[in-house]
Amino acid sequence: MRAISFVRQFVEVVLAIAIAPLFAGWIAQCRAWLQNRSAPPLLLPYRTLRKLFFKDVALATDASLLFRATPYVLFGTMVLAAAIIPSLVTDLPLARVADSIALVGLFATARVFLSLAAMDIGTAFGTLGARREMMVGFLAEPALLMVLFNAFLLYGSTSLPSLVDGYRTHPSIIDPSVIFAAVAFVMVALAENARIPIDNPSTHLELTMIHEAMLLEYSARHLALVEWASSLKLFNYACIGFALFMPWGIATQGLDGVGPLLIAIAALIGKLVIAGAALALIESLSAKLRIFRAPEYLAMAFLLAVLGLLVHLLLGA
Amino acid sequence: MLLSANHWISGLAETLAVNDLHFMLLLVAAWMTLGFAGFLRPHSIRFVARFLFPAGALLCLGVALLAGLFLASGQAPQAVVLPLGLPDLPFHIRLDVLSGFFLLLLGVAGAGISTFAAGYFRSGEGTAPALLGLEYHLFLASMAMVILADDAYLFMVAWETMALSSYFLVTSHHRIPEIRRAGFLYLIMAHVGAVCILLSFGVLQGGSWQFTFDAMRSAHFAPFWATTAFLLALLGFGAKAGLVPMHVWLPEAHPAAPSPVSAMMSGLMLKTAIYGMLRVSFDLLSIRFWQWGVLLLVLGLFSALFGAIFAAVQTDMKRLLAYSSIENVGLIFTGIGLSILFETSNMHLFAALALTAALVHSFNHALFKSLLFLTTGSVLHATKQRSLGKLGGLIRHMPWVASFALIGTLSIAGLPPLNGFVSEWLLLQSFLFTPQLPHAFLNMLIPLGAAVLALTVALSAYVMVKFYGVIFLGQPREPSLVHAHDANWLERLGLIWLAAGCVLIGALPQIVLSAVAPVTGKLLGNTVRSSSTFWSIAPIAQEQASYSGLILLAGILSVVAITFVCVRLLAHGRIRRTAAWDCGYPWQTCRMQDTAEGFGQPIRHMFGAFFRMERSLPSASDDAPRYRVYIEDRLWCGVYLPIARGVQGLADAIAVLQGGRLSIYLLYSFLTLLALLVFVL
Repeated sequence: MRAISFVRQFVEVVLAIAIAPLFAGWIAQCRAWLQNRSAPPLLLPYRTLRKLFFKDVALATDASLLFRATPYVLFGTMVLAAAIIPSLVTDLPLARVADSIALVGLFATARVFLSLAAMDIGTAFGTLGARREMMVGFLAEPALLMVLFNAFLLYGSTSLPSLVDGYRTHPSIIDPSVIFAAVAFVMVALAENARIPIDNPSTHLELTMIHEAMLLEYSARHLALVEWASSLKLFNYACIGFALFMPWGIATQGLDGVGPLLIAIAALIGKLVIAGAALALIESLSAKLRIFRAPEYLAMAFLLAVLGLLVHLLLGA
Repeated sequence: MLLSANHWISGLAETLAVNDLHFMLLLVAAWMTLGFAGFLRPHSIRFVARFLFPAGALLCLGVALLAGLFLASGQAPQAVVLPLGLPDLPFHIRLDVLSGFFLLLLGVAGAGISTFAAGYFRSGEGTAPALLGLEYHLFLASMAMVILADDAYLFMVAWETMALSSYFLVTSHHRIPEIRRAGFLYLIMAHVGAVCILLSFGVLQGGSWQFTFDAMRSAHFAPFWATTAFLLALLGFGAKAGLVPMHVWLPEAHPAAPSPVSAMMSGLMLKTAIYGMLRVSFDLLSIRFWQWGVLLLVLGLFSALFGAIFAAVQTDMKRLLAYSSIENVGLIFTGIGLSILFETSNMHLFAALALTAALVHSFNHALFKSLLFLTTGSVLHATKQRSLGKLGGLIRHMPWVASFALIGTLSIAGLPPLNGFVSEWLLLQSFLFTPQLPHAFLNMLIPLGAAVLALTVALSAYVMVKFYGVIFLGQPREPSLVHAHDANWLERLGLIWLAAGCVLIGALPQIVLSAVAPVTGKLLGNTVRSSSTFWSIAPIAQEQASYSGLILLAGILSVVAITFVCVRLLAHGRIRRTAAWDCGYPWQTCRMQDTAEGFGQPIRHMFGAFFRMERSLPSASDDAPRYRVYIEDRLWCGVYLPIARGVQGLADAIAVLQGGRLSIYLLYSFLTLLALLVFVL
């Protein structure tokens, strides 16, 4: 391992941690514009985090150690995931630690911890949120794995850096299955990140909330970490999507030096700007589904992914 | 580092290897001696529990050590003929890598369970201590003999001993009618299975009337007879393993048994069925067909999904775990099916990968399922409750048990960096190569199998959140739970052993992979090439997929630690304890939490076709409104009850012959004689 790849690994992680809240702020900004409201400041998420870090924690009397440890675990898993996903460069020392299937597992670990923490205090909303979150999770995971299966069929690897490198060496592959997979991936990403149409991140309407219901008992620095982890999760999903479907600009094997890194950073920011605007557009155009309809939505994502797979196999055969 | 350790171990093994098999037999004999030693002081729970069970645990460790050394040294199989058994049918015993691997599993998990059992059994509960010790150690010894047997005769003797000793253990609280019923069902299923296995061996001897496994290995079969033997073995071993539709005994018998026994049955006894299946299909039968693989794959996946769905709607914690065992056995059979499918298509490396996944999952399941069953035992002792609706909040009163249960929960939910994820990852990796199979259309349907697998794995995470959340988290649902006490030190020791195994194998899967490698090497002639580093595994190629539990674990822990320190340094650590906020609603009671039924509701909603449900909903004007839901297996009333009624009807019809008068019976004898005379003349 060369020292330079460790430096680039460090740059990537720090960049991810730093700009994840900004990405969330950008989406909120776009949503406000699309909905004809005056937008909150772009840097509001940072100010909120700062404010939360300096408040006193109000902790429920019965909260156990699991409840207090979960924000750190969530943040830890998301930072680690950001270190594994090739958002800037593919030559990452940590990338060989987990392939994309293990990455899905890592997200599941975070989800299980958050659900357990939500059940810890024993409030009605917490357990309700935990149950719904796990339900959405277990329906979304197969769809996501089918998307990754499709990528494996195209490039013969489940490791994200290898996928990006594979795209670089065979850029001419334009497979119809990719379109199906991309749509399925976007649907899964919306569901997993508590966005409309499955969940609404900006509501606390009791009967419809999923993600927010689990965070109700968190306050101050715990809440800040959970929120930061959530925005990192969204950022990570966006980067997985970029690696799978638009790996342009990522510094692949052999592209050393500062130049390609700067290009990669610029490309990443450009893609995030577009992705954030697109996400806001989707959220503004669609209505939130009833919770009973969530399985249908996710089943559709799953079927699209499977269709992509079948299309690939039929055309390839 | 691990490689040099391996060298060292194999060097040690070679110097020590006088004869592993003789030592192994001595250990098995010692188990039986321990069993009978209980009768020296038959009523003393102190003697049996505090002395005999720990000694049994040490013997388990010995078995694991011997098996591990045997696997590491790479010796040739060892065989011995015991001067026991029938005059012309001596007992043949053989230790090869397949039996070595399963003995390792038995020893490692058994050590934890026996240690726990030493602290678990109390006086005045069910069977007398000495009898319990005898049954328990006979159970262990018979499982070891099943694995060591090298002829059909000894195999069946050991298999029956295993079935009977476990039957008596299941019914140790025999004064409760449900437990007697559960035991009876188990006995019937065990014997139906045993008959199928016996018939399978009958086919396998192939007309030579030699019942040694050596003779069976050298026999040649027409495809029809090979398939018959395979199907009979599948029925027999499937009934023991709990493969759907032969699973009905499992959710009845496992909850009925005392918790260490449930752990042994689920963690170890089901694995002897896996062993038998592997022995027959990969070792005794010299030919295999791809259709067998498809059959196993379909049955395995269906069992896995079925088990996960049913586990999600259970309200009894041990039944929930029993259904989860069905799920895991399904995953193991899926791996075996894939392996046969690849092997018959001459893709030996992928076959080895799938078989590795199945074997590693067997090992992992033995660890985490035993761990979870044992924690339910502690909960049961502390609270006298098995129903999830009457538990809750135990993390505050039983912190030790709760933390070990958390490790088990995360492992069984298939979450990295613990061990359950490793085997599920390997299984998914082997699914990735199914499109290369040379069967048109089939290879398009199998990716759907991967989807079912993914759904099952994700669903098991749902189930385990329910299991852990309802038992250990939230508010206690009964006032008496406040007095729950934590496990005693022997129980804790057993739990620590199993939990440490889960973490260790999750971080360093190489340990189990190196034990599995000789097995796949012998059965398939190919092993999964793991990468040269000790911290990561890359079954096919580094570029294709790699996983490192160790770095993942270290990464998460270090980021958590750094974050914690940063938050403390840059901000502050002030905490104010208040009442729970809950959207400002202060009148919270423990009844407002989600119940186990509530947690099962989305699953009942989505997979309604699987269940036979009876619901009674209260009307608006009820004085004492009650909501009741009763869920049953469709297979139970669709398949088993008709069969039971048919058998009953047949018995009634035959009972007409039984008139109860001597003259009529004499008439029967006379008529029979007459008929025979006619037949002879």
